[in-house]
Amino acid sequence: MSLRTVSRAALLALAFNAWPEAARAQLISRPVPPEDVVERGRAAFTVSCGFCHGIDARGGEGGPDLVRSEMMLNDEGGDLLGPFLQVGRPDLGMPPFQLSEAEVAELAGFVRAQSQAVINRRLYVIQNVVTGDAARGRAYFNGEGGCNGCHSPAGDLAGIASRFDPPGLLNRFLYPGRGRGGSQPLSRRATVTPAAGPAVSGTLEYLDDFSVAIRDANGDYRSFSRDAASVEVDDPYAAHVDLLGRYTDDDIHDLITYLVTLE
Amino acid sequence: MIRSVSLPALAILIGASALAAQGLDPGRLLGPPTDAWPTYNGDYTGRRYSPLDEIHGGNVGSLTLAWAFRQNTRGPAPGAGTIKATPLYVDGVLYYAAPDHAWAVDARTGREIWHFAWETSGGIHIGNRGVGMLGDTVYFETPDCFLVALDARTGDLRWTQRIADVRQEYFCTPPPMVIGDNLITGVGGDSLDVPGYLQSRDLETGELRWNFNTTPRGDEPGAETWPNAESMEHGGGMTWLPGTYDPELNLYYFGTGNPNPVYAGHSREGDNLYTCTIIAINPDTGEMAWYFQVSPHDTHDWDNVETPVLIDGVFEGEERRMLAQAARNGYFVLLDRVTGEHLLTTPFIETLNWSSGVDEAGRPRPNPDKEPQPDGTLVSPAEPGATNWYAPSFNPDTGLFYVHATESWAIDYVTDTGDNPQGFAGMAQQLYARHLLQAVDYQTGNIVWSHRYSGSGGTRSGLLTTAGGLLFAGDPTRNLIAFEPATGDVLWHVPLHAPVSNGPITYEMDGRQYVVVGAGDMLYAFTLPD
Repeated sequence: MSLRTVSRAALLALAFNAWPEAARAQLISRPVPPEDVVERGRAAFTVSCGFCHGIDARGGEGGPDLVRSEMMLNDEGGDLLGPFLQVGRPDLGMPPFQLSEAEVAELAGFVRAQSQAVINRRLYVIQNVVTGDAARGRAYFNGEGGCNGCHSPAGDLAGIASRFDPPGLLNRFLYPGRGRGGSQPLSRRATVTPAAGPAVSGTLEYLDDFSVAIRDANGDYRSFSRDAASVEVDDPYAAHVDLLGRYTDDDIHDLITYLVTLE
Repeated sequence: MIRSVSLPALAILIGASALAAQGLDPGRLLGPPTDAWPTYNGDYTGRRYSPLDEIHGGNVGSLTLAWAFRQNTRGPAPGAGTIKATPLYVDGVLYYAAPDHAWAVDARTGREIWHFAWETSGGIHIGNRGVGMLGDTVYFETPDCFLVALDARTGDLRWTQRIADVRQEYFCTPPPMVIGDNLITGVGGDSLDVPGYLQSRDLETGELRWNFNTTPRGDEPGAETWPNAESMEHGGGMTWLPGTYDPELNLYYFGTGNPNPVYAGHSREGDNLYTCTIIAINPDTGEMAWYFQVSPHDTHDWDNVETPVLIDGVFEGEERRMLAQAARNGYFVLLDRVTGEHLLTTPFIETLNWSSGVDEAGRPRPNPDKEPQPDGTLVSPAEPGATNWYAPSFNPDTGLFYVHATESWAIDYVTDTGDNPQGFAGMAQQLYARHLLQAVDYQTGNIVWSHRYSGSGGTRSGLLTTAGGLLFAGDPTRNLIAFEPATGDVLWHVPLHAPVSNGPITYEMDGRQYVVVGAGDMLYAFTLPD
């Protein structure tokens, strides 16, 4: 496959690249030393190891990948790396290194940080989604997509681009779930008509094949068996679901490129 | 490591009658699931179909609670709270596991007989699918990839063997499978591009008997589907669900997981054998008899480990011994299980958009335009797939294959665009999902009926069918439902305290039929009233 290159509107994207720290909650499997230790290790690695092992420790022309190295993954604070460096692998062209215990620990800390950066998916950063054409996006919004039937750039969408970063905004217009990546509707309204008694409308609290519960205008919680009541759910997100099956990838990138202009 | 036994002396006394016929005889592994549920799927076919019919469409409405059991992990055990394991039922006792824990529960009363707790050294605690058993030994795998053998009578530790290195980011969830003299073990782990393998271990000691790598080494067959040795050795292909077994052919069938790096396919051009593949293997030697790749060059995290279900029946007018799988990528696949010959490939969801069609060999081909990209690609199904690990069921009475399915979308990204991507190297941002129970005609792939659940949430329930004309399923909210399997009509339901989180089982004990399900941290047993 070929990767679509990211170039257009890169400057715009930079402004949004600061992902909320909370969203980067740690998913590490093993502890990473403090940043200053890692950075000293990085500096030493770049000078002494990077030529063969690559400055990212993923391997180079002469030396193997250390991020996925069995020895480095079993290392704790340099306990395996230290004895190894004292000897090196002269048979493979790697000389011995005489380093202090602290220097070894810093190198090991840098490699640990590199491997945990691969393991911890929550640290991954989406590069740039703003790769479409804003004019085409506006045309889609007002035409084929029918978005203007419910939404308006001067109304509910005014300033939308300042409230979400582009990947988050892309998620939200594709399906306005709860939070980024959420797939639960924010809120829906339902009207329940019991076999005996008047129809009741309210915010849908719960729905399965057998029961329904709503919060009515008085704030009262009311549940019904669906055997004895009909339910009509007003789903304002149905149009978004319908579009999921119709969009091309160009459509979604054109739309996001248009929407990020609504600052 | 600690081992805790609740009131041991009393437990032994109470368990005495249940344990009178101690142990699981190897011959019982070959029988249909009636007075025992001795393996993950009840029997080796993977059908999860029971010949029991005491509970049937005419009386299921009066099904009632026999007992409930709440597990106690006694201390922090991340992920251990949800029962994903299918319990085994043998001679009055249920045996099951959760991450770092195993239990024996009195099947008459729901009382804990013993509880074994493992002191972990790490690993992802996403779930445990259950235990294996032979004689008076219970086997299970831990998140830090130890194979643990316990005394089935007491929960006492017999031995352990390390089967993978947790520090390389392996973690272990599947129930070990007893096949003849072999204890088949599998491994999981997607985070750091480790290679997958399946192993046979000695039943008495846990020593390695053979090892089967799911990706080739050197110039082994399949190497031509990778660009270089480095990519194969870091190519993934995990073995995290148990397979099925045909004793007459002496073939064990299992599926393999996705290739690595997960979302970035650009450093592993090619089909990436034997990832996302159904493999037939001789369980005594570990030699492959045939394979069929269901997702060549996967870039969507769609492990192909879903149960390969054995079906004996007619296909295009001819009696065949077949194998069917509803794959995470959204395709239903039917194969001849003697030869691996392809018979049928059809989608079982309507929204699937990642494939450009089925090739001459019956393999779904990926559409390159739907591979993950740095700026995102809209893909259906989403990362959890059109289905997942939760067990399907095949009912020979209806000829229908039942599967819990999801129609969903996600935006798939590559985040690591360098020449040497590692790990997941990307992500899927999930959008919308709707949940279905699909009844698939195995001869045509047609959806004979489809039940769309009104509730939202994630379906995690396995399925069970019985000769009583019943199909048991958990819905995405928290109902256990009995469907009429030919029509999809709902016959009975009960809301539990949490969604059904495992595969329901059934067995006969003391002349009565029971249905047992796991929901969250509880087991529920149902039977007919006196």
